[in-house]
Parts: sequence; structure tokens; C-alpha cells
Amino acid sequence: MPVAMSVAPAEVVRPEVDETVDRPWITIVWNDPVNLMSYVTYVFMNYFHYDRAKSEKLMLDVHEKGRAVVSNGSREEMERDVTAMHSYGLWATMQKDE
Amino acid sequence: MMGQPYGFSRGRKGEVRLRLDDVERGVLLSLAQQMVAFIAPDAADPGADPLVAMVGIDATATTPDDPALARLLPDAFLDDPDSSAEFRRFTERELRSTKTAHSTTVVADLEAGLTVLPDDHVPAWLGFLNDTRLALGSRIEITEDNHDELAALPEDDPRVPMFHIYDWLTYLQDCLVQILLP
Repeated sequence: MPVAMSVAPAEVVRPEVDETVDRPWITIVWNDPVNLMSYVTYVFMNYFHYDRAKSEKLMLDVHEKGRAVVSNGSREEMERDVTAMHSYGLWATMQKDE
Repeated sequence: MMGQPYGFSRGRKGEVRLRLDDVERGVLLSLAQQMVAFIAPDAADPGADPLVAMVGIDATATTPDDPALARLLPDAFLDDPDSSAEFRRFTERELRSTKTAHSTTVVADLEAGLTVLPDDHVPAWLGFLNDTRLALGSRIEITEDNHDELAALPEDDPRVPMFHIYDWLTYLQDCLVQILLP
């Protein structure tokens, strides 16, 4: 691992051998009674650049199952995605993938 | 001759057009001004240290008590108040600024009487419409199932005007999303 590339102290204490280390965090979008199905699809296409089929599938998961995992990645990446979802007005949270 | 439809539409050159009557324009303007007052970063803490505002990181930040504000600025972690508070310290000010900028763009466009929206203003309009629906939806306590119930409220119920505006904004937002979806 190119530890010298990193300036973040948190990087140093991470275990070097961990199969989940590459994409250990996820962003979840939750259903709410206000957001339009069309708008949720639009946000997934516009922000994540998912195609329409994938965006609609995720939107339907949110609508019907109450939630969908919309992205995964490093903690920093998920912080970015959650903030973006909040700026669009979607209800999103992040957590460590288990 | 076909007139331009009310609400949003695509013009012949692909531009986003907006047609409103004077009453609608006035209602939207008032809503956008209220959203600025509701969500602006300084509304959170009028006595805030200007240096804090400069770096965008607050010493402390907690989940808003107002459910409408809490829906606009949600916790980033489920069942983890400490992580949510820490996240909020670093992000809430910026998020409030983004949302405020959306509403101020809408205020400016309405005051200028624009009938064609510049492409780079469209995300602000979408954000404003969605945030305002979230705030109103929270106030009237809308759920997946009670739309008909709210629509049937007696006229003197204080939720009635908010519900009518909510419904109209829903129409406007869906109208805009439909022309943006490829």
C-alpha cells in the first residue's frame, strides 16, 4: 500500500489487509412522502450519472422497500454523496457496510 | 393558436420557459423569500463568530428542533447522534448556503420577471421547489396515505392554504422534472 501517498493520519491506522477496505462505506437513500418518483430518478441520473434503468430501479427500491443503497466507497466519498443528496433534498444516511 | 402552457415548458430552442400569472408569481416570490429567512446559515445563530462563518465549521451543531428544518438538514447517520453532530459541524453551514443560494436565485429571477430561465438557474429552481415542498409537507404532516384526507379538510383548517400551495408546487416540480428527464 502506498502509505506515503496519504496525508490523512486516519489512513495509517487502517488495517492493510481487509477485503472490504476499498468500498467499506455505503450511502442509503430513504423513502419519504414528499419526494417525487420522477425527481428521485432525475437526481440519481444527474448526480451519480446512472442510466435511466438503474436510476428507476433504485428509485423503486426506495419507494417500495423503503430504502436503497445508492453508492459505496471510502468514508470521504460517502460524506460527499450524503451531502449532495441532502442538497437535493433527499433523505440520505451513510454507514459502514456490514 | 396554442398559447404557452402555464408552469414550465421547453421552448423551440430547448430553453426552459416559465409562465405564471401575477398571483402565482407573487406567491412563489413570497415563498422563496421565506425560504431564505428559514434556511440561511445566519438564521441558525445570529451572534455567530464571523471567523466561524469564514471557515464554514461550527464549534457545535445539533439536529434542529423544528421538524421542517430537521428534514431539510437531516442527520447523516442513523442512530448515531455523535457522528451526526460531528458531520453537521463540518457540513451544515455549507448545506444551508447552497439551499439559500437556490432560493435567492429564484427571488432574483421572479423579481426580474424572467420567462426563460438560464440553464444554470434550473438546478436552483428544482432545489427551491423540492425544499419548499419538504418544509410544507412537514408542517401539514403529509404521509404516503393522507393526501385525500388533507384534500378534504374543512376550509377553516389552518393547513388548507399550505396544502393547496404544496399541491401546486408538486405540479410545478413534476412539470420541470419531466422536461429535464432525457
